[in-house]
Amino acid sequence: MQELLQQKPEIAERFGDLHPPFEAQAAVVESNRCLNCFDAPCTIACPTHIDVPKFIKKIASGNLHGAALGILDANVLGASCARVCPVEVLCEGACVMHGSNEHPIEIGRLQRYAMDSFHAKGGKLPRKSDENRTEKIACIGAGPASLSTAAELQQRGFQVTVFDKRPSAGGLNTYGIAEYKLPLTESLDEIELIKDLGVEFRLGVEICGETWLAELEAEFDMIFIGVGLGAMHRLSIPGESHPGVIDALQFIEDYKTGKISQVEGDVVVVGAGNTAIDAANAAKRLGAKSVSILYRRTREHISAFDFEYRQALQEGVHFLWLTQLMAIHSSAIGITSVECLRMEIDSDGSLKPVEGSTSHMECNMVIPAIGQSPLLELLDQCREVQLERGRVVVNRATGQTTNPKYFAGGDCVNGGREVVDAVADGKRAGVEIARLLESAYV
Amino acid sequence: MSKYNVKPNLSVNFAGIQSSNPFWLASAPTTNTGEQIMRAFDAGWGGAVWKTMGARVTNTSSRYSSINWNGQRMMGFSNIELISDRALEVNLRELAEVKKRYPKQTLIASLMVESTREAWHNVVQQAEDAGADGLELNFGCPHGMSERGMGSAVGQVPEYTEMITAWVKEKARTPVIVKLTPNITDIREVARAAKRGGADALAAINTINSITGIDLDTLIPQPDVDGRSSHGGYSGPAVKPIALNMVQQVMSDPEAMLPISGIGGIATWKDAAEFVLLGSGTVQVCTAVMQQGYRIVEDMIEGLENWMCEKGFHSIEDFRGLSLPKMTEWKDLNLNYKVVAHIDEAKCIGCGLCYTACWDGAHQCIHVDRVSGQVDGPIELHAKPSDVKAASRSNISVTPIPKLDGYLARQPYVTPLARVPRVDETECVGCNLCSLVCPVDACITMVEVKTHLPAETWEERSAACLTGESC
Repeated sequence: MQELLQQKPEIAERFGDLHPPFEAQAAVVESNRCLNCFDAPCTIACPTHIDVPKFIKKIASGNLHGAALGILDANVLGASCARVCPVEVLCEGACVMHGSNEHPIEIGRLQRYAMDSFHAKGGKLPRKSDENRTEKIACIGAGPASLSTAAELQQRGFQVTVFDKRPSAGGLNTYGIAEYKLPLTESLDEIELIKDLGVEFRLGVEICGETWLAELEAEFDMIFIGVGLGAMHRLSIPGESHPGVIDALQFIEDYKTGKISQVEGDVVVVGAGNTAIDAANAAKRLGAKSVSILYRRTREHISAFDFEYRQALQEGVHFLWLTQLMAIHSSAIGITSVECLRMEIDSDGSLKPVEGSTSHMECNMVIPAIGQSPLLELLDQCREVQLERGRVVVNRATGQTTNPKYFAGGDCVNGGREVVDAVADGKRAGVEIARLLESAYV
Repeated sequence: MSKYNVKPNLSVNFAGIQSSNPFWLASAPTTNTGEQIMRAFDAGWGGAVWKTMGARVTNTSSRYSSINWNGQRMMGFSNIELISDRALEVNLRELAEVKKRYPKQTLIASLMVESTREAWHNVVQQAEDAGADGLELNFGCPHGMSERGMGSAVGQVPEYTEMITAWVKEKARTPVIVKLTPNITDIREVARAAKRGGADALAAINTINSITGIDLDTLIPQPDVDGRSSHGGYSGPAVKPIALNMVQQVMSDPEAMLPISGIGGIATWKDAAEFVLLGSGTVQVCTAVMQQGYRIVEDMIEGLENWMCEKGFHSIEDFRGLSLPKMTEWKDLNLNYKVVAHIDEAKCIGCGLCYTACWDGAHQCIHVDRVSGQVDGPIELHAKPSDVKAASRSNISVTPIPKLDGYLARQPYVTPLARVPRVDETECVGCNLCSLVCPVDACITMVEVKTHLPAETWEERSAACLTGESC
C-alpha cells in the first residue's frame, strides 16, 4: 500500500510538527500533573470516551504499553486522533485545571507519546475474542468511520472487507489532513495495524450502481456505510473552470501525495472553515507570495476553531472579511486577478452587497473551501436507507439505519465533523453489529 | 511594616558553642575539604561539621542512589559512602587553616575511631588542638564502619554509647555532641545513655537503613557496585517526618533531653523552623546541599528571619521548643472534639478526588448527588461510583463545531454544580482525608461541630468504664 504513495522529503521537512512530541522526562512530569479525576470531564468530552486519566497515570508509571492499549481499546485510531483532534474544545477544553487557573494537562501530546512508543516497538492491535466467526461485514469507504467499525468487528472475530475507490485506505486521514498535523506515513502505519488484524482491503473499487449493492448484500451479512462526503461545493462564478482553480481537499491531497511541491504567486482561499485554514497555511508553507482568505461574513461567523484561526494568523495568512468573490480573470499565462464585492450585514443578520464596491486583487491561484456536498448518488441507491438533507438517518446510539442491514457513521451521517466523531460512530456501529450477529444464534 | 524594622537575631549558643546562625552543614561530602567549607561559609552557613575523620577508608564506586517521585528528583537519597577517605592529618591541618581564616564561623570535628580509650583520647586531643569548636561523635554510620565495630555498632548499644562518650569526656575541653542513629527500636535509650556518659549535646538523626530500589532491567539493587549492592543510609525530604518524631521523643524525655542539633530532610527555612519548634538548637543540612549547593542557605536565613518577624520572635530561643507541649500521647487526646469536612463550591474544580478518596479510603460520606437535593438520614442509598461513571460513559459526545452547534456558552472557570461533591455531615467522621487529597488550596476545610460534651480523653473514659459508668 505504501509504495503507492511516495512522499517527497522536502514536504515532510516544510511541514514540521505543529505540536512537537514530548521528551521522556517531560512526559513523566506532565502526566504526574494529571489529578486523575473521578468520572473525568476529559473522558466524558471525548467522543470515543478514552479513559484519559487511566492512560496518563500509566505513562507516569512507565507502563507505556498499557497506556497505548487503553487508548486503542476505546479508539483504534488513537495515534492519528492524538495529533488531529481539536483537543482545545474536547478533552483539554474540559480539563478541571482550567478551574484552578492552570494550563490544562496536555492530553493530546501525552496520547501521542504513548502511541508513538507503541508504534516504535512494533505493537499490534489485540484481539477482543478468540472466536473465529463466519459472518462477513462490508464497509464502504476506508476512512476513519469504516476503519473503526472494521477493527472493532475483526477484533471480535468477524470477517470484514473494506472497499474504497482510492488506491490507499484512510480517507481524509491519508489524503485530507494537513501534513503538520498528521503526516501521511503515520496514517498509513496506523492502517497497517488494522490490516494486520485480518481486515481485507479492496482498494481502487468504486461501489456504485444497484447491481454492485445487490452483490454486496448477497455476499455480506451487514453493510456499514462510511463514505464521508463527496466533492467540494462549487463557487458558481465566471472563470471557475480555469485549471488554476483547485479545491482545498484536492490541493491538500496533491501536496501530501507529491503531485505539487511548490506554490508561486498570490493565492486566494475562499471560505473560513478548518479546511480553508489548512489549505491557506499549506499554500503559505509551499512558498506562496501572499495568501488571503476571503469570507463573506465576519470573524465571529467563521466555522474554523479559534485556535486554527490564530494559527493561520501566525503563519501569515491575511483575512478579508465581508468579501464576496464575484469572478476569476485569467490570461494565456494563467489566473491574473479576482473580482470581489464588499458585503454588509443588515440588522436582521442578512447579507447584502455594498453598491459599487467592486474591487480587483491580483491573484494566481484560487482555492475554494466552501464545504463538501453529500454523496447522494451512492446513498440514494441504498435501499430503504432514509436520508435527511443529504445525511443518512441513523439511531445515534447504534449507528443502525432505517434498513436494519445497513449501518452508517462519520461525515455522511453528521454532515462533516472531526475524525474522532467518525471513529466513535464506527465503534458504536461495530459493537451493535457484533451484538446483533451474536444474538442471532442465541 | 514596622514589624520588619528590627531584624531578628539568628545567633545561637548551642551547648556552649557560639554560632552566628543555626544553619550548619552536616558531616558529609559537602564538608569534605577546607576549600569547600570556606565556600560554604562565604555562602552564609553558620557552622559546619567536618566530614567524619578517622582512619583512612576506601569508598566504593558508585555509592549513591535516590528515589524520584512524580517527576521530582531525589525525594529520598541513599548513600553507602564511608567516613573521610583523606588522611586525618590533612583534614586537621585544613581545619586549623579554616578556623584561622573564619574565626566567627563554627567548626565541629566529627570523629570516629576504633573503640579504645586511647584511640579516642588521641583523636579528641588532635581535633581540639587544631581548633575545633566542638566534637561530634559519629555513632550512627550504618554501613562499612559498623562492620569494623564503629559507627552504628556503637550507637545501637546504649552501654557502648555511654562508655565511649565517657572516654571522650575524660579528655575533651570543648562540648561533646553525640550523633544518634535512628536504626534502633527506641532512640531514647541511646540518648539517655549518651547523657549518662556526660554528653553536652545530641544530634539526630543519622541516616536510616535502606534499599532505595532495584533496577528492573538488570535486577541489581541500587547503587550498583560491580553487579552487587548493599544497604545504604537514607536521607532527604522523605525522612523528615521520622526525624521530627525522633527529635520530639528525645526532647520530651527528661532523662534524655540535652541541647539537640536537628538533622533529617531539612531543605528549607520551614523545615528548620519545625525542628526548632520541637526543641532543636541548631539544624544540620546535607542532602539538600548535595542536590542544590551551598547557595540554598540564603533563602533559609531570609525565610526564617521573615517568619520570625511576622511572629514577633526576636531570637531562636524565643520559639525553640514551643510545639513540644502540644505533643502528647494518643490517650491524652480529647475524644469529644469533632470536625466535619466542608467543600467550598466556589473553589471546587470538580475533579472528584475527594469523592473517590471518601468512598474507597474513608467512610462514604461524600456524594455526587448535590443537585438532587439534600439526602439525610442514618441509611442512605447512593449510586455507586461505578454506576456514576457508567452513566457518563454511555453519553454520546460530539466535537462542538461553532457553526453547527452555535457558540456554546461554556465557562471553563465555573464548575457546574452537578460536579461539585456534597458532604453528608451526619456521616462525616472528620478524618481529614478529603481535605488532604483536594488539589485546591482551602477548598475543603475541616469545620468544628459543637458536640456540647466536656473534653474527655481515652484514659478518662476507660477509667469511667471501670467505675461502672457508661462508656
